[in-house]
Amino acid sequence: MAASRANALYVRRRFRNGIARSLAYAAAAFGLGWLVLILAVLLFNGIGGLSLAVFTQDTPPPGSDGGLLNAIVGSIAMTILAILIGTPIGILAGTYMAEYGRHEKLTMIVRFINDILLSAPSIVVGLFIYEIMVAPMGHFSGYAGAVALAVIVIPVVVRTTEDMLRLVPDTLREAAASIGLPRAHMIVRVAYRAARAGIVTGILLAVARVSGETAPLLFTALNNQFFSLNMNAPMPSLPVVIFQFALSPYEEWQKLAWTGALLITFTVLALSILARSLTARRT
Amino acid sequence: MNIASSSQAPVVGTPVATHAGVSTVGLSEKVSIRNLEFFYGDARALKNINLSLYANKTTAFIGPSGCGKSTLLRILNRMYDLYPGQRATGEVMFDGENLLDAGMDINLLRARIGMVFQKPTPFPMSIYENIAFGIRLYERLPRAEVDARVEQALRRAALWDEVKDKLGASGLGLSGGQQQRLCIARTVAVKPEVILFDEPCSALDPISTAKIEELIDELKQDYTIVIVTHNMQQAARVSDFTAFMYLGELIEFGVTEKIFTAPDDKRTQAYITGRFG
Amino acid sequence: MSEVALNDTNVAAGAATARAAVLNRLRATDTAFRTLTRLAVYTVLALLSGVILALVVGSVPAFKAFGFSFVITEVWNPVTEKFGALAPVYGTLVTSFIALVIAVPVGLMIAFFLTELCPMWLRRPIAIAIELLAGIPSIIYGIWGLFVFAPFLQKHIQPFLIDTFDGVPGLQDLFAGPPYGIGMLTAGFILAIMVLPFVTAISRDVFDAVPAVLKEAAYGLGCTTWEVFKHVILPYTRVGVIGGVMLGLGRALGETMAVTFVIGNAHTVSASILAPGTTISASIANEFTEAVGDLYTSSLIALGLILFVITFIVLAIARYMLLRIQQRGR
Repeated sequence: MAASRANALYVRRRFRNGIARSLAYAAAAFGLGWLVLILAVLLFNGIGGLSLAVFTQDTPPPGSDGGLLNAIVGSIAMTILAILIGTPIGILAGTYMAEYGRHEKLTMIVRFINDILLSAPSIVVGLFIYEIMVAPMGHFSGYAGAVALAVIVIPVVVRTTEDMLRLVPDTLREAAASIGLPRAHMIVRVAYRAARAGIVTGILLAVARVSGETAPLLFTALNNQFFSLNMNAPMPSLPVVIFQFALSPYEEWQKLAWTGALLITFTVLALSILARSLTARRT
Repeated sequence: MNIASSSQAPVVGTPVATHAGVSTVGLSEKVSIRNLEFFYGDARALKNINLSLYANKTTAFIGPSGCGKSTLLRILNRMYDLYPGQRATGEVMFDGENLLDAGMDINLLRARIGMVFQKPTPFPMSIYENIAFGIRLYERLPRAEVDARVEQALRRAALWDEVKDKLGASGLGLSGGQQQRLCIARTVAVKPEVILFDEPCSALDPISTAKIEELIDELKQDYTIVIVTHNMQQAARVSDFTAFMYLGELIEFGVTEKIFTAPDDKRTQAYITGRFG
Repeated sequence: MSEVALNDTNVAAGAATARAAVLNRLRATDTAFRTLTRLAVYTVLALLSGVILALVVGSVPAFKAFGFSFVITEVWNPVTEKFGALAPVYGTLVTSFIALVIAVPVGLMIAFFLTELCPMWLRRPIAIAIELLAGIPSIIYGIWGLFVFAPFLQKHIQPFLIDTFDGVPGLQDLFAGPPYGIGMLTAGFILAIMVLPFVTAISRDVFDAVPAVLKEAAYGLGCTTWEVFKHVILPYTRVGVIGGVMLGLGRALGETMAVTFVIGNAHTVSASILAPGTTISASIANEFTEAVGDLYTSSLIALGLILFVITFIVLAIARYMLLRIQQRGR
């Protein structure tokens, strides 16, 4: 820094660096700020309505008190069925892509298509299921809702299964082959075990993803004001009830919507944190 | 070790011309490699390999990195089949069958020719399961018998005393040397005829290495052993025959003693005296 | 010891046939399992084809009635059964554009912070917190936007924008009109918060993949942190960052619930971003169950088809870009 001109340039560079760094800190604070803000508002508005009645009573008619029991049960029922349908298909497809067809062109194509499905608009999935199930059956149903959710589960599970199986070292596959193990047994007994935590993570993430999904349920499962375990009939779900109640003019409904929102958010966040901690422990 | 002097046993196997310095008298040929070539895609990795592996003897493959010694080993149990674009031509006769034949039953072959890898590869299950797994694959046995076989295999791998109280613990919790012996036990449990060792000690400390070498020497009584190693002292210690490979070719094959004391080829001489590789 | 040896030699012949039998059985399971997994792969293929087919078949009546002009017509009148997609397509593009204008710089700066500035022990917690933002269901953003954010904008931000740009040519029209609170700007802003984690996560991943020697070489020249970021990291990872942005754009285009709450649901094309509008997904969510008549339903499905085609193109570009940077990394 002998010459003063170099000094001036250097000062300007340092100044710019300082600005950029401050902006980066500000951006991080901005991002974290939203998370805090959203959670704070949720807690503030939702916790007041949290009572035993929320879990023991069904959604009320306008102007009276009630709970969210039917919506919670409907959500759980459809989520379980969606996972039961989507997980085996997802795991098997991911297995083919990582094991049998690792070097095939088919795998490349399916990986691309799966990535498209993974981020495709979920409302389009709703339209698809409406066309192939609701319209032919002539009525909305819990089955249609569950299948719509399964279509969202599949790509999530395919992706994580393939990724996790690819992390299983080839030496383990060779070792299994070296005692004469056919591929299916190597996969089921050795590779699945080695990748178990990762695959479970994928399933948990899928549960987290579908338990907050609203759009694909709007015109598949529709809604139902009453308690129902009949999956062949319209079925209520927490997100759809929140949607309906939040946009209503009734104060009791809006309050229940906030409480429902609080329940969903913390369920989803708990699931994602659990999923992450599962894989974190392994690495 | 002086093979040439033992003349009472009849010669078994095809009396093909062997490399200079190897008398086949008293030896039974377990595997016979003829005109073997190997390709990764279009690249030829092995050129015209001719070699015999003798029953109940240990054969070492040595040579600088990339010479093809591991490639050759992995042909013997068709491990390359797991990967596309790799192929072998020529003949590898094993008990009268060419194991390169497309119709060869690969799983059965691999059960007969076991393999121990460079890095220990215990399966993600308990010590007991690691071994019982392979046994149950081929035989439906009552629990007590499986227990006995597991113990037998672990004893065979000199691991029994160290793990007998924690058979239910994960195989991944053992030390590197113990893991490697667990893998040997797992291989032995399937009752192979040949065991391939792919640099089995390169990830181990000297004490564990000594144990494995001792074990290899014992296993020779019952099995035909092939070992790939980059450690020449190790080859000299454990093997009866040595094959020196260089740039995908078999330069010299013979009795270990001779290879290490009076090699015919200049390149062998240069390698064993540490002038390259 | 020696009994093992005896076993091995004596049993060899008999065992070989027994083993072959066992292996035949095992191989049958292997073939079955392989077929099963392959079927699952075809199911994934069938899903995408099914979605496309269902949308195309469903939108045939609408395209038959209106032809290509469906895409460029603003009218949306269920009573006279005249439908055009222009307003929702316009709304979808404008809100997504607003979202990217906000989310891309902020997301890049957060990724810059996470990879270059943040202390090691804080990196993981902050990264997880940002990713949790992505996990919050979109309906939560919607309810939050409607009850908290929109009133805030209406009271504080929008009057300020309208006053400030009043009289400025061009910008005057962009920020015109009464402060409704809800509208395209609000929707765009909510989308920005939803897209932010995607842009951040992918940018951080590609920044992390820059070889350390490259950065060290630049630091060795006396570059500041910012200069290293601007002149080395960003150019090196450009393709990956664009891929991440496109992925975020794909999300923004298809997002339904958050937008439905705050967009205002007006089938109009308005120059002002403060005005209410609609997006494709919001129109479908709001109107599909109430749609009477085949033409109305078909028009909504046709909207879905347009949305799917747009997102498909965007996501395909995103994947292609990310694939390119992955291949270079190898």
